[in-house]
Amino acid sequence: MTERLTVYVPMDTAARSVGADEVADGLGAAFGDQIHLVRNGSRGMLWLEPLVEVEAAEGRVGYGPVRPSDVPSLADALRGDGRHELLLGPVEALPWLSRQDRFTFSRVGVIDPLSVEDYLAHGGLAGLRRALSQTPAEVTAELTGSGLRGRGGAGFPTGLKWQTVREADSDVKYICCNADEGDSGAFADRMLIEGDPFSLIEGMLIAAYAVGAGEGYVYIRSEYPAAVEVFRTAVRIAYGHGWLGAAALGAGLPFDLHVRVGAGAYICGEETSMLESLEGRRPVVRAKPPIPALSGLFGRPTVVNNVLTLATVPPIFAVGGEEYARRGTGRSRGTQVVQLGGNVANGGIVETAFGMSLGELVFGFGGGSASGRPVRAAQVGGPLGAYLPVEQFDLATDYEAFAEAGAMLGHGGVVVFDDSVDMARQARFAMEFCAEESCGKCTPCRIGSVRGVEVLDHIIADQDRALNLVLLDDLCELMTEGSLCAMGGLTPLPVRSALRHFPADFARPAATPPPPPKVRLTDRHPAPQHDEEATR
Amino acid sequence: MMGRAAHQTFEGMPRMNEAALANESVELAELTELVRAIVDVHAADGGPLLPVLRALYGQLGEIPATAIPLLARELNLSRADVFGVVTFYRDLRGRPGARLTVRVCRAEACQARGADALLGHARQRLGLDVGDTDPDRGIGLDQVFCLGNCALGPSIEINGTVHGRVDAARFDTLLAEADHD
Repeated sequence: MTERLTVYVPMDTAARSVGADEVADGLGAAFGDQIHLVRNGSRGMLWLEPLVEVEAAEGRVGYGPVRPSDVPSLADALRGDGRHELLLGPVEALPWLSRQDRFTFSRVGVIDPLSVEDYLAHGGLAGLRRALSQTPAEVTAELTGSGLRGRGGAGFPTGLKWQTVREADSDVKYICCNADEGDSGAFADRMLIEGDPFSLIEGMLIAAYAVGAGEGYVYIRSEYPAAVEVFRTAVRIAYGHGWLGAAALGAGLPFDLHVRVGAGAYICGEETSMLESLEGRRPVVRAKPPIPALSGLFGRPTVVNNVLTLATVPPIFAVGGEEYARRGTGRSRGTQVVQLGGNVANGGIVETAFGMSLGELVFGFGGGSASGRPVRAAQVGGPLGAYLPVEQFDLATDYEAFAEAGAMLGHGGVVVFDDSVDMARQARFAMEFCAEESCGKCTPCRIGSVRGVEVLDHIIADQDRALNLVLLDDLCELMTEGSLCAMGGLTPLPVRSALRHFPADFARPAATPPPPPKVRLTDRHPAPQHDEEATR
Repeated sequence: MMGRAAHQTFEGMPRMNEAALANESVELAELTELVRAIVDVHAADGGPLLPVLRALYGQLGEIPATAIPLLARELNLSRADVFGVVTFYRDLRGRPGARLTVRVCRAEACQARGADALLGHARQRLGLDVGDTDPDRGIGLDQVFCLGNCALGPSIEINGTVHGRVDAARFDTLLAEADHD
């Protein structure tokens, strides 16, 4: 039994959504103790999921996509010479992976996410150890020098944020990780948490050391129950190993980490709304200033960073900030974890140095549309990001280049659409989504989005089209300039980009009689009854 | 005077009224106990309201209106504070009687793969509109904006489990399997 075969079947939500659990169960039933079955994260080649890997002399060999019904024939192949119609060859030699620069995602899909041994064997804690050998001021300076910018979308320099918190005068400070990944097209936070949770914990420990924080929160959206479970387990293991707790890593650095779960509100991905939610209040956004770095959670100086930002910190310290900054272009340094989704043939995670063109990503990696029809557009950066026509796919992944093109790189989510897309409908959806998810604090967002749906309904129905287009432009201007946060402020971005690049879609004859202008309001909780006794 | 008049009105059916009252106070006592127990677990947390609400919802499948003053008292908050939080979150809206909750992703990545058509199929198949629950069959239909499965859409979620690459036929199969369990 020394020759026991090691077989990997991902436990990532995406892989499980297409049958990975059934495949793992099937292989378990076929082989029993004869194989060592590891549930890894996903390699990010999502069109090949469930991707089964087998340890072999030439490295890990892949089979995929393996449907549950393929298990018997795959089991036969594994008992024999390994040949099978789904055989892909050595996984790391597949061009899709070998052309990437997996830096933040170096361990995702490779290791057992909850194995401390695997984590350490693949470079875990090296970054933290090196950071602890420096002073906190040196740590923030090196991070600034690395050029790392916030991966949640805004792209603010992480080192500067940490420096502000470090220099803030307070005996209590917090590290808050924003894992409320609600943007459509974004799934890298989820995959990292499910595939390499210790790296996030390590990143938060470095942040805590750098700024002098004793407590941290990770706020995970409720739509990610598997990520919540994996991360809670990882935190428990980290406490068990003394990485967290009264004397984190034996360095006498007390650091406690709490896991919080959202409750189905997109706006909680906005940092101040998330802080309100953590404090147990109605999560309407806060006006800034004060910035959270000075007055954040419970009014204390707080680092609020995205999952990928924090998880990129340990490998930066492992190799050195200068080495990280060698990658990239312009002011976008390091690597970008691009997420290819929507109508794309080969969707998944593409991590490369900043500067790759959108066309290379969508066609080179993505292989064009999944439907086989011509690609017409991509929305980059989530529901608040611009729609870009295929003619502009030479645009490079670079924060500034995107901003210059009237778009937003955001978190690097790329959603591909084929030529069947109706961009007027997509513009309407942007407003509908804003109306559904607005926190309601500021008028431009709360009311502007509802009016936006109505105005777009009129445009689509060809009612006073010219006038309504003027009205829509005015409304977009007002929302952009007058909203408190990015929700209302950026909703005009997809709307206006759709108008600018696809005007023909807004000029079609009305196919159907005009719909009654309405936004469906979701059911609300009944109003409380006022009885004298309990009134406070 | 009013009280006596009201009492007289119910004279014909005093037992029923008393029974109903007794039942209600038992329920209230149980609810109070449950709220206290949950609050105790989270007492040391900073800003414990949301974890407390999630735990209560997990037990009851809704946040009853009667729980709001209890939560306010136990957590030293105003009822308005609690009400404001409860009504904000989609997850805390009750679906009484829904044994199966089907959520169809309507975010852009799934739209690009035919989510609207899938939602149309789901509506027709279940005879329900978005946000509706049929307590007789114990099935609820809702929309969700992104399940983080954007490369394998269209996606749906049945009772918390995500399914990818869902077309009309697979929807029917998944529904039948879930209904059978």
